[in-house]
Amino acid sequence: MSDPIKNRYDFVLLFDVLDGNPNGDPDAGNLPRIDPETGHGLVTDVCLKRKIRNRIQLAQANKPGYDIFIQEKAILNNVMVATGTEHPDPADPSQILPELGTPDSAKGDAKAKGVQDRTTRMCETFFDIRAFGAVLTTKPKAKNKLDYTGGQVRGPIQFTFARSVDPIVTLEHAITRMAVATEEEAEKQSGDNRTMGRKNTVPYGLYAAHGFIVPSFAARTGFSEEDLNVFWNAVKMMFVDDPSAARGTMTVRRLIVFKHDSALGNAQAAELFERVTVKRKDETKPAREYADYEVTVDDKDLPAGITLVPESELGK
Amino acid sequence: MGRFGFCLEVSGPLACFTRPEMKVERVSYDVITPSAARAIYSALLWKPAIRWRIDQIDVLAPIRWINIRRNEVGAVGGETPINAVDNRVQRASLMLRDVRYRLHAHFDFIPPAERPKVYAEAPDWLRPDDPVFTSEAGPDEKPAKYAAMFERRARKGQCFIRPYLGCRECAADFRLVDHPDTEPIQPIPEDRDLGFMLYDLDFSNPQDPQPMFYHAKMTQGVITVPAPDSEEVKR
Repeated sequence: MSDPIKNRYDFVLLFDVLDGNPNGDPDAGNLPRIDPETGHGLVTDVCLKRKIRNRIQLAQANKPGYDIFIQEKAILNNVMVATGTEHPDPADPSQILPELGTPDSAKGDAKAKGVQDRTTRMCETFFDIRAFGAVLTTKPKAKNKLDYTGGQVRGPIQFTFARSVDPIVTLEHAITRMAVATEEEAEKQSGDNRTMGRKNTVPYGLYAAHGFIVPSFAARTGFSEEDLNVFWNAVKMMFVDDPSAARGTMTVRRLIVFKHDSALGNAQAAELFERVTVKRKDETKPAREYADYEVTVDDKDLPAGITLVPESELGK
Repeated sequence: MGRFGFCLEVSGPLACFTRPEMKVERVSYDVITPSAARAIYSALLWKPAIRWRIDQIDVLAPIRWINIRRNEVGAVGGETPINAVDNRVQRASLMLRDVRYRLHAHFDFIPPAERPKVYAEAPDWLRPDDPVFTSEAGPDEKPAKYAAMFERRARKGQCFIRPYLGCRECAADFRLVDHPDTEPIQPIPEDRDLGFMLYDLDFSNPQDPQPMFYHAKMTQGVITVPAPDSEEVKR
């Protein structure tokens, strides 16, 4: 395993959606998530992490150490079946972790070490555990509590909820289909065989998410410079493999990364984020494309020890 | 030995201090718990030689809520990948929004013999201001050094891990407050009996941490947090 990263990063991710639903709200009949008090659109942290996992699973297939622990089914089948024998079979733990001991059999410190070794192996195998962490339980909690405490991994990367720059409107579209699924439905319709459906979209929304990378957890999980590069690349490409009828057109527009000289950081994250301003060019017209916004990053007189990483350098 | 007190102002757009009795569909407490406040202080600086104690919590923003339901994974992590679709559970979280607190705290200095054992010591490069301290006592180890380290980090915006308000997706901004009494934002003028709240976990048996509770009362936006060994803290 290569060296863990040694710098702190704070980043702003700007992405937009055109005629799509960036993140449905299961509580609201899959309407786009909205902050009821302000009308701003929301995209959850877990939604963004899902896209990144999926992207890495596709882009880094076959590459040892870049397996994804929390997988989505469709992609799991595609990748795992297609890659054949050189890729570990997820159904067979012996293939993934051949040297995995049984921490249960040891006692005391040795047991703790067993958990640690196991955690290390899991981190080496799975990119998302290295990056985002995971709760890993070896044995039932009640019997063996030490395993439980040793089995929690916190990763260096932390996302917050993305929030739209302006309040969003959601459109509801009635759509029809020209066939039905069952005989009963056909009978009910006396052979007309047409049903109505609903689809909800945001005509346009520009969203901003904040993210943090702390090397203290990278030291534990072994998240390296190379991993970081893979991560930046996945962030930039997170919507590329994710088109669907629901999403419309989603695009990552900017990834603004502040790099701290040191592991602990050199400035308040909030002060760095304030340097990114996103404004609508014409306040009287609703925004319908990215060009309706002006994004400025104030890189003058950055605090000592802070560099703004050029976007072209990220995820090369 | 002097007592080193600090005041941090923390804020964030979202927070979730989950009630232990409602953690499947998470419901936050009305305000931050001493346990979550302690974790914020520890995120900036923690050593086996110190123990953070929260003394007082000032609530600076009105208590407001937002409900968010997410697809989560219901399975427990084993050794093989988890299929997120087959193990999907939808869980709502009733979270707090736009929170702002001033957290008053101090640390206790722990004699070397009583310090907790550290399994994974942080590497040296992660402790740039701390080349001499390990879990063993250094020859010139004084509480004032830790106080100075904390103050330096808090002032510069440095943190060992990114502090958060209950859950990691609720990242916290923080600022060291030198004179809390003269700050322009004052605690909200509201009295509220918050009922029994989680105080912290008692880690005296690290293999089986036990929860502690206290009866939290907010008086004009101020919650006084009792000492852990006081009668007000129930185990």
